[in-house]
Amino acid sequence: MSAPAAPSLLPLLAVLVSLAAVPLILLSSRRPRLRETWTLAAAAAKFGLVLALLPGALQGRIAVFGLFEIVPGVRLELRADPLGVLFALVASGLWILTSLYSIGYTRGLNEHKQTRYFAFFAVCLSATVGIAFAANLVTFILFYEILTIATYPLVIHKETPEAVSAGRKYLAFTLSAGVLLIAAAAWSFLLVGDLDFKPGGIFTGLALAGKTAVPLFLLFLGGVGVKSAVMPLHSWLPAAMVAPTPVSALLHAVAVVKAGVFGLVRVVVFVFGPDLLRRFHLDSVLIVLAVTTILVGSLLALRQDNLKRRLAYSTVSHLSYIVLGTALLSGPAIIGALLHLAFHATMKITLFFCAGAIYVNLHRENVSELNGTGKIMPWTMAAFTLGSLGLCGVPPLNGFVSKWFLGSAAVGSGRPLLAGVLILSGLLNAAYLLPIVQRSFFRRGSGLEGRREASPWMVAPLVLTAVLSLALGLFPGTFHQLAVRVAAGLFGG
Amino acid sequence: MIPTNAPALAPLIFLLAALIIPLAALRIRRLAYVLAMAAAAAAAAVSVGNIFRVLESGTVHYRFGGWPPPLGIEYVLDPLSAFITAVINLTALVVLVHARLTVAADLPERKHVPYYALVMLMMSGFNGIVLTGDFFNLYVFLEIASLSLYGLIAVGDRKSPVAAFRYLVIGMVGGGFYLLGVGFLYINSGSLNMADLKAILPAVGARPEIIVALCFMVLGFGIKMALFPLHGWLPDAYTYAPTATSSLMAPIGTKIGAYGLLRVLFFVFGVNFVTRTVPLAQVISWLAAAGILYGSIMAMAQDELKRMLAFSSIAQVGYIGLGIGLANPLGLLGAVLHVLNHGLMKACLFLVAGNFRMRLGHSRIRALDSGARRRMPWTSAAFTLAALSMIGLPPTVGFFSKWYLALGTIRNRSWIFLAVILASSLLNAVYFFRVIERLYLRPAMQDNEARETEGRSEVAPSMLLPTLVLALSLVVIGLLNVVIVKGLLVRFLPPGLEFAFP
Amino acid sequence: MHDFLVGHYFYWFIFLLMTIGLAGIILKRNLIKKVIGMSILQVAIILFFVASASKWDATVPILDPALGAADVTKYINPLPHCLMLTAIVVGVATSGVAFALIIMIWRRFRTLDENELLEKLKNDPD
Repeated sequence: MSAPAAPSLLPLLAVLVSLAAVPLILLSSRRPRLRETWTLAAAAAKFGLVLALLPGALQGRIAVFGLFEIVPGVRLELRADPLGVLFALVASGLWILTSLYSIGYTRGLNEHKQTRYFAFFAVCLSATVGIAFAANLVTFILFYEILTIATYPLVIHKETPEAVSAGRKYLAFTLSAGVLLIAAAAWSFLLVGDLDFKPGGIFTGLALAGKTAVPLFLLFLGGVGVKSAVMPLHSWLPAAMVAPTPVSALLHAVAVVKAGVFGLVRVVVFVFGPDLLRRFHLDSVLIVLAVTTILVGSLLALRQDNLKRRLAYSTVSHLSYIVLGTALLSGPAIIGALLHLAFHATMKITLFFCAGAIYVNLHRENVSELNGTGKIMPWTMAAFTLGSLGLCGVPPLNGFVSKWFLGSAAVGSGRPLLAGVLILSGLLNAAYLLPIVQRSFFRRGSGLEGRREASPWMVAPLVLTAVLSLALGLFPGTFHQLAVRVAAGLFGG
Repeated sequence: MIPTNAPALAPLIFLLAALIIPLAALRIRRLAYVLAMAAAAAAAAVSVGNIFRVLESGTVHYRFGGWPPPLGIEYVLDPLSAFITAVINLTALVVLVHARLTVAADLPERKHVPYYALVMLMMSGFNGIVLTGDFFNLYVFLEIASLSLYGLIAVGDRKSPVAAFRYLVIGMVGGGFYLLGVGFLYINSGSLNMADLKAILPAVGARPEIIVALCFMVLGFGIKMALFPLHGWLPDAYTYAPTATSSLMAPIGTKIGAYGLLRVLFFVFGVNFVTRTVPLAQVISWLAAAGILYGSIMAMAQDELKRMLAFSSIAQVGYIGLGIGLANPLGLLGAVLHVLNHGLMKACLFLVAGNFRMRLGHSRIRALDSGARRRMPWTSAAFTLAALSMIGLPPTVGFFSKWYLALGTIRNRSWIFLAVILASSLLNAVYFFRVIERLYLRPAMQDNEARETEGRSEVAPSMLLPTLVLALSLVVIGLLNVVIVKGLLVRFLPPGLEFAFP
Repeated sequence: MHDFLVGHYFYWFIFLLMTIGLAGIILKRNLIKKVIGMSILQVAIILFFVASASKWDATVPILDPALGAADVTKYINPLPHCLMLTAIVVGVATSGVAFALIIMIWRRFRTLDENELLEKLKNDPD
């Protein structure tokens, strides 16, 4: 890696600032306003710190912060490279909006255990930024596992038997994945002795045989594939929809699942390296898995009446767009994948925010009950429309931009069929999202007398994310530059 | 005087205390506990000092009466014995702080003084086993420790004498076989000194009686260690013994057996003998792996918390056995580090069980609910942290044990063992989360009005503080594991298995 | 062969004792009989050590002015005897503890039969 590394406290602060807020949140359990203030302050501070790392990442000056050795031969180290900054920006930026939204949501439902909710949310974001900035596999695993455990109390938040059961399923999947990842890391350590992420892979120079490389890759794939919701490891995600909507929105549309695909990018490009994957046709394996997930995910989404579950399967499907882009192993494909990582987040979070607003306002969860909602909740449903169009890949929304990159990369790498898959998926997206728009605006609803738009605490964030989706579609500049930097470092442009 | 006598101090301190306590407490009952604490603190201080001594000047030999071996008995302070004595004495110190109130609650007053005297005897025995360089001396201290332990177990619940009796019979058989093994070695070599035998054995060769001697000694240590399938005494003993005894036994007792195994296999017979001449290490690793699975699966079926922890201990001892059986440096490092890690985790967990018994009157899992957690939030939090460590979540200690052990299995290309270690993490998650779910999610039995009037009723500081200290240490020691491994443990590795980290 | 059987007759006897002892521990249901078996096993081990100390045509290990101290093959080995003093004491202590436990068990459960005891333990509400 030729980019110069500059020691800096910023990555560490970015990770820790929300952890620091946790005791403050716990102490303010009797004063909701104070508790909310701490959350928002921590979110703003985190975003600010990540933003401060942005110029450096764009110009190739990487902020590094190394701590002590955590296992012999590996240091606990944080590095804010362009890939990490991209992910951290998405997560921390959206946390601010999710926190605002959470305030409206929990107030609207008079949710119990709010202190536990906000405290663990803060821990999750610490872990997410830690994952983003992890400089080596062990640091990555450390934060990855913390994220798993810290999301559990949020998944089971409602404490209903259904929630507890979903929590168990979630843990079963994610802990198993963690265990596979640990095995993969231990094996890699014995092969190489150094687990730092390096563009092009860490095994260069070793002539790895197939009987080592393939099982090793499968272990890694199992490790990151669960959180990436690659089929058939995806079924925890729809089950986790019993969590409160802000949890589903941020964690299961942004933090946890994006940590999974982020991990996949790290594994494919920074651990294994494109050459090793091509040599053993592992990229084809990934492509097949991705295509299957994209299509089957969309088809399953069509069959869901519960809105959040429909959105969950949509997430499953869209995550594999990123997997597909990564598997194509070319500069433009990576750019497309990383753009989709960021852009899908804004679009999906919009949709989840809308779903939550509908639930709080009207106590309705199913698509079939959404007739006429557009009339009473115009802002919400307008935002929903924007988000839906973006996911379908309609310009000028950001969804179109990332899809365009992915599609052209597919054609450019000699696989035009994959571009066809993307187009087909876009049509399926339209099939399961646009009817909702149609119902809400063009059909008459029942039982909606006297209802109004949702609380501004909820509406403002979702409008903002929808507008953000539009703005990023028109001016994808920053994210595009970051993604280009990542690709340049890997494939030379 | 202290520096040269350092190796012998810890067992002697405890021995003296064991003798003085009954005399002193004739007049003032309270003195029993005070003296016990003083002895534990002194021994802990000496042990920690010994670590620095070993780091500075290497192995220290102490000859009783000045007689050179093989005529005299020798105590040896090398990195391994220094580490293990420090671990057991520090753990005992923390647990003893907790024990004051539980002993007062569990035992009738007239038994308090003998109880503490027996604890001192037991600790003297454990320290002696670890420090001695003489095989027969090890037998003596093994019996001292075992007999005290039988007594300490028998004063517990209604069923405890039966558990103690069973342990007694099984333990005596084990001790007897160990003694027989020592006899075979003596007959063939004329020496009882460990270092001496290490030099003599290659010349003697792999005669049948030598192989049998090794097997007998392994049998003896295996019983003490509760290595599968010699674990039968453990579940009842851990469950029915009084809180203080379980809390001392679980983190310390089985480790002594593991230590014995290590010493005999790698420092006396040597790695080649136990892997190639007699594939004993392989057998041990398979038994250990079976133990890991057996313990984890049985733990899932238990309703009583202490019994669940007992089966969990069988599984954890399996980790140590597996590390030993792998017979490579990483496996051994993992095994010895796990002596520390498991000691901390199990001590914390048993203290938690003791806390529950104190305040709720029981430690039955099905009777736990969020009412328990509301009354004892700190204890519940300590349990959760210890549980996460058992599951292997970084950065707690449990993760690092698994890291080294995983490296050890991969180094040997033992994929099945790797799978066993990793699968057990998931099994641990099953039975620990059962408890965590009950503590945090199960609605309390009482209705909401009672909830208001019922305040916190966490246990007293002298019980809560050790619990929390141990829980915190799980994270602190986890983060410091490299210091411990690279600073101290790497030096203990036996000849033929030296290792330097890149 | 003859030498193997007759020459080592004492070891065969010890082997028999050990087997009786172990069989007693495992097969007998009465707790006291288990303790007896345990004692027999311990005695067998002690006898083994003592037997190993003996030598043909050697006398007790007390200095005899007539034999002198130069030739050690004239005296049997005293060390195993000393070790076994300790072992005997250990055996006594163990038996003592075992009997104390048996008394406790009798007082609480009124039976010393292993199977009955297991039944009572299973039904015990504790």
